[in-house]
Amino acid sequence: MNITRTSRIAGFAAIVAVSTLTLSACAANEGAAPQPTSTLTGALVGAGASSQGAAQEAWTAAFQTTNPGVTITYDPSGSGAGRKTFISGGSDFAGSDSYFNDEELASTFAACAAGTTAFEVPAYISPIAVIYNVDGVTELNLDASTIAKIYSGAITKWNDAAIVAMNPDAKLPDLAITPVHRSDDSGTSKNFSDYLFQNAKADWAIEKPADTFPFQTGEGAKGTSGVVDAVTNGVGTIGYADASKAGKLGIAKIKVGNDFVMYTPEAAAAVVAESTPVDGRAAGDMAIKINRTTTDSKHYPLVLVSYLMGCNEYAKAGVAENVKAYFAYILSPEGQATAASAAGSAPLATKMADEALAVVNAIK
Amino acid sequence: MALVLSAPPAMRKLSRGTLWAVVALSLLLSVGFFSLLVLSGASKDFNIVGAILVAVILYIIVTFGMSRFVEGRRKATDRLATALVTSAFIVALLPLVSLVYTAVANGINRFDGDFFNSSMRNVVGAGGGGLHAIVGTLEVTAAATVISVPIGIMTAVYLVEYGKGRLSRAITVLVDVMTGIPSIVAGLFAFALFALFFGPGIRFGIGGAVALSVLMIPVVVRSTEEMLKIVPNELREASLALGVPKWLTVVKVVIPTAIGGIITGVMIAISRIIGETAPLLIICGMSTSMNYDLFSGRMATLPVFVYTQYSNQGTDTQAYLDRAWTGALVLILIVMVLNILARILSKILAPKGSR
Amino acid sequence: MPVAPSATRPRSRQRPGDVLFSGAALAAGILILVALAAVTIFLIAQALPAFTANPADVSKDGRGFWSFVVPLVFGTIWAAALALLIALPLSIGIALFISHYAPRRVAVTLGYIVDLLAAVPSVVFGLWGITVLAPAMQPVYVWLVDNLGWIPLFAGPVSGTGRTVLTVAIVLAVMILPIITALSREVFLQTPRLHEEAALALGATRWEMIRMAVLPFGRPGLISATMLGLGRALGETMAVAMVLSPSVIISFALLTSQNPTTIAANIALNFPEASGIGVNVLIATGLVLFLITLLVNSLARFIINRRKDFSGAN
Repeated sequence: MNITRTSRIAGFAAIVAVSTLTLSACAANEGAAPQPTSTLTGALVGAGASSQGAAQEAWTAAFQTTNPGVTITYDPSGSGAGRKTFISGGSDFAGSDSYFNDEELASTFAACAAGTTAFEVPAYISPIAVIYNVDGVTELNLDASTIAKIYSGAITKWNDAAIVAMNPDAKLPDLAITPVHRSDDSGTSKNFSDYLFQNAKADWAIEKPADTFPFQTGEGAKGTSGVVDAVTNGVGTIGYADASKAGKLGIAKIKVGNDFVMYTPEAAAAVVAESTPVDGRAAGDMAIKINRTTTDSKHYPLVLVSYLMGCNEYAKAGVAENVKAYFAYILSPEGQATAASAAGSAPLATKMADEALAVVNAIK
Repeated sequence: MALVLSAPPAMRKLSRGTLWAVVALSLLLSVGFFSLLVLSGASKDFNIVGAILVAVILYIIVTFGMSRFVEGRRKATDRLATALVTSAFIVALLPLVSLVYTAVANGINRFDGDFFNSSMRNVVGAGGGGLHAIVGTLEVTAAATVISVPIGIMTAVYLVEYGKGRLSRAITVLVDVMTGIPSIVAGLFAFALFALFFGPGIRFGIGGAVALSVLMIPVVVRSTEEMLKIVPNELREASLALGVPKWLTVVKVVIPTAIGGIITGVMIAISRIIGETAPLLIICGMSTSMNYDLFSGRMATLPVFVYTQYSNQGTDTQAYLDRAWTGALVLILIVMVLNILARILSKILAPKGSR
Repeated sequence: MPVAPSATRPRSRQRPGDVLFSGAALAAGILILVALAAVTIFLIAQALPAFTANPADVSKDGRGFWSFVVPLVFGTIWAAALALLIALPLSIGIALFISHYAPRRVAVTLGYIVDLLAAVPSVVFGLWGITVLAPAMQPVYVWLVDNLGWIPLFAGPVSGTGRTVLTVAIVLAVMILPIITALSREVFLQTPRLHEEAALALGATRWEMIRMAVLPFGRPGLISATMLGLGRALGETMAVAMVLSPSVIISFALLTSQNPTTIAANIALNFPEASGIGVNVLIATGLVLFLITLLVNSLARFIINRRKDFSGAN
């Protein structure tokens, strides 16, 4: 009995061993590159905004293909977490939907050479779409004030006079509106809130736009995907999400000046290009104050700008070259085009990209 | 409880055929009703779940009524209990079937060779696979199991066989507390612990294993404890009376008697942690490339893979969703294989003769 | 508690094997003590600033930590209690069905299927909840609010997406079902045959046999199983975060858009973007969750110990 038991256990162990072996084969797509054209080597770690996640994936893939010696990992853990990790030296660069605040700028950057600070450059522009799901309504026009009233709970029905006035031709049903907002803190909420705050202060009674959605109305959903799913599966829903994720949902035109404007990458890039830099920033700090109140109908002011952050001078040797090369690729026309096709972003305007490139090229 | 047999009604019995007829009839009625709803335009699609629920309720009422009339109160209660127990099973199966169906239907799209032999390195949009995540999950879970199972089982042995007095009570309470550690707190703890030694940027597989162990140990202890407790004392006494040392009694008599339950408990514990996402997001991070080394570098795991594929979709959303569901399906399959292995193992180890 | 009969006898010489083995067992127990002490110290150290900080920094309404955490505590307990209310009867039913009703061969397979479901990752439950369950429940909720809206539980206005606390409770119930079922099934199967056969021999019907022999025997195990399930329901993070439409409020309404959120989900939603005192506040809520489970578990222990005579070892 004892012998058979031992042999059975041995057999069992063999099965486990064999199944482990078959799995430990190498990934087919991770073979050696045809011919190394680049001399860069090493690992580059970044963390931050999840809005950049898909774009970073595409940039990483393209960059690693031309520089097979480099492995880049981007952890889409959130803007705040990304900035924190970078400041504490846990990553080589950060991606963030908000620029550094004064307190963060005053702190010591552990990854950077002693006494030096970090830079930030815009790298990813994404229009935010107002998406909705109402049977039979294919086109919808909204102005900032109406959106603010919907989201603050002042307008509750789709056939409200304010909406009907802007959409005389649409068949708006007598249906409750379920506004869906982000339940997690996010740069998308902050940009959305900032847009309403600047264009419809009277209906958007908040002190300061923040990452947290300011009201206890409507429904919360986690992440862009959560909002899109909630809007898609719900009845009479409206939401805001990165435009590229809107899928087959209806997208509202928002009022700019006297026209209703549909988002386009060009319109989103245009408004960023003509915005002003934030006051009192050091050279190499390209924090942007987006011009939300533009009246130019070639602009789409409901956009999110995501930044890349890195050290002006790295403490560790060998990192600077990799960051410089990677960021330069991201800011190049090819890099911006890659993000546009993979993540649906709006390419940076040439002038802004050149300015950012100059900052990146100064990395030591 | 008085068990006086009331003679004449108890003799009459509902036959099997009658019961099946009732099943068929209630199904028919319910399906008919819901089809009518569809035909009359009151609802758009045929509501399967609703039909099954109504049929179950109908069946329970009809059998109870018939049995009460034909067989008497006690038998009717018995029939009611049987019907309720069976319907509990059917009702519970509905969401489970729906869940599995959803996972399979969506996961099958990418359940191909590519998924199992490539990672996500340099993959944009469609294509790519989850090999890196599969390997990561297996490694992290195995490490967590290696840490947790010995500690868990030995703690349970201590509590049941040795523990007396204050220490044992304290451990019992603490194990209870541990069952309530939210997974995300376990992740934060592991992160804080390792950040203390290796700096704030630390992300590696073994950290995830430690976080998962914090979640796994109490489940192992609790279930093992329960199983050891129901090993009859007579067995222990008989063994000790034969002069077998206590530790051998535990190893050769108590544990083998309870082994089926213990293994079930360990399997539950593994199943519980293998799908954990939140702690691994914090301490293991995410990577698109292969990483076999538990002790250095970010490591992809299946739940995190599923989560990031869902939450960071590119423009080609369907490709990302497909990968997410396939990842989920693979995770379920891995646990299925583990379960089968565990069952074989418990068959081998369990003493013969019991059920 | 089984106590070795030899314990009271004059000690013969201590065997080295015994010393080693009991030592190892003790060491394992102490390791748990240490691990938990470490977790607790970490939690308390990180949570302390939240209690002492300026109330205005802690919560948006400026009323301090406790007014922030009370709705979360309510939400956590409320969602878990609802889940347990749904899952417990079903689990007992399934466990009994497998252990005492289904034919042997079928029972093994069924038990196996249920075990598997314990493994479905919480992310998948989240995905399923948001894409399948919530839309399917939404019309039901509309009906409930229209027809039974006078019951406070079903008060309107109804959610437009179905992502309510009731949906979350159902998802949680499905998640904890396999855990409770698997353990109670094992316990039910261990009912001494003699007890069962004695009951049947006395003329008891199957249900009477179960009530007299199986359930009393299995009660402590059942409570343990329930506690494990409850532990998971209380601490479940991702599924709740993904499915629920959360607010920080106290409300018993099951079907509206504003639902009380849970501590774990709140941590998951806000931790990535939290900074400064916000981190401490979130960890402090984690500490509170800790205490809740401790309380619930102590209660369960108390109940088990009062009915110790039924412990199977006798």
